Amino acid sequence: MTARIGVITFPGTLDDIDAARAVKYADIEAVSLWHGDHDLKGVDAVVVPGGFSYGDYLRAGAIARFAPVMAKVVDAARGGMPVLGICNGFQILCEAGLLPGALVRNHKLHFVCRDQWLRVENTSTAWTTRYEPGAEILVPVKNGEGAYMADEATLDALEGDGRVVFRYVGGNPNGSRRDIAGISSRDGRIVGLMPHPEHAIDALTGPSDDGLGMFLSALDALQGAAA
Amino acid sequence: MAKVVVDVMPKPEILDPQGQAVARALPRLGFDGVSDVRQGKHFELEVDDSVDDDTLAKIAEGFLSNPVIEDFVVRRVAE
Repeated sequence: MTARIGVITFPGTLDDIDAARAVKYADIEAVSLWHGDHDLKGVDAVVVPGGFSYGDYLRAGAIARFAPVMAKVVDAARGGMPVLGICNGFQILCEAGLLPGALVRNHKLHFVCRDQWLRVENTSTAWTTRYEPGAEILVPVKNGEGAYMADEATLDALEGDGRVVFRYVGGNPNGSRRDIAGISSRDGRIVGLMPHPEHAIDALTGPSDDGLGMFLSALDALQGAAA
Repeated sequence: MAKVVVDVMPKPEILDPQGQAVARALPRLGFDGVSDVRQGKHFELEVDDSVDDDTLAKIAEGFLSNPVIEDFVVRRVAE
């Protein structure tokens, strides 16, 4: 059985093509999903890619969360389907209530675009099993509203439950609380992060191929489920 | 029809870099004495009389603001 991962396109999405390419690099079939779709075309997992859905009007992700396809994603995610939100996708998952907290404007107001080192803090999620514990990976980060915010109790709970999946190392690019770059749901099936693993899957086109491990991890999770 | 105003502000404990940038610009422009600026959003809604306060609160809390980072105030204003 070939695993199939849906990649959603909203008006204003930018990184759906790269996300689909990353999925294919991991020998997974990439299925295009449109924001107006009312079904998920039978996919086994979903990537919510980066960009500026609906122009980031109101707040980043605030309108996308109400797209018809997101209602299906929320239902499926609550049932355990793996979901990865990258950048604007992370913002959408937070707005949709699938992940706690929110992303706010970078502390120095600059749009930050650079290659960024991250430490993988949890290698048991559906999207990170291919990494060694504590591995440091180099992937691009590019956002204007990437500072992760949550109240202290939520941050403590995330840390205590091992739900901080990625942390910035070598400098926090945006003022994220506790250098948090990515977090997961309680069951580890839903992961959101601001940096872009899909842009780092081949040394020819990115700073490294460190991001490919996330998609290979999903392959393992889906094939393990099918076996 | 009635006019309803919804003001959305970043929570006090949330860093507001936009407001800080405005505050820092004021002395450079020759305006002294402003010690702090917080920047938020102001919505003006034209609503039917059938829209009750509960519904307005749901609109403000569930869509116009993000309760994780923002507070809101809903006001009905006289025409």
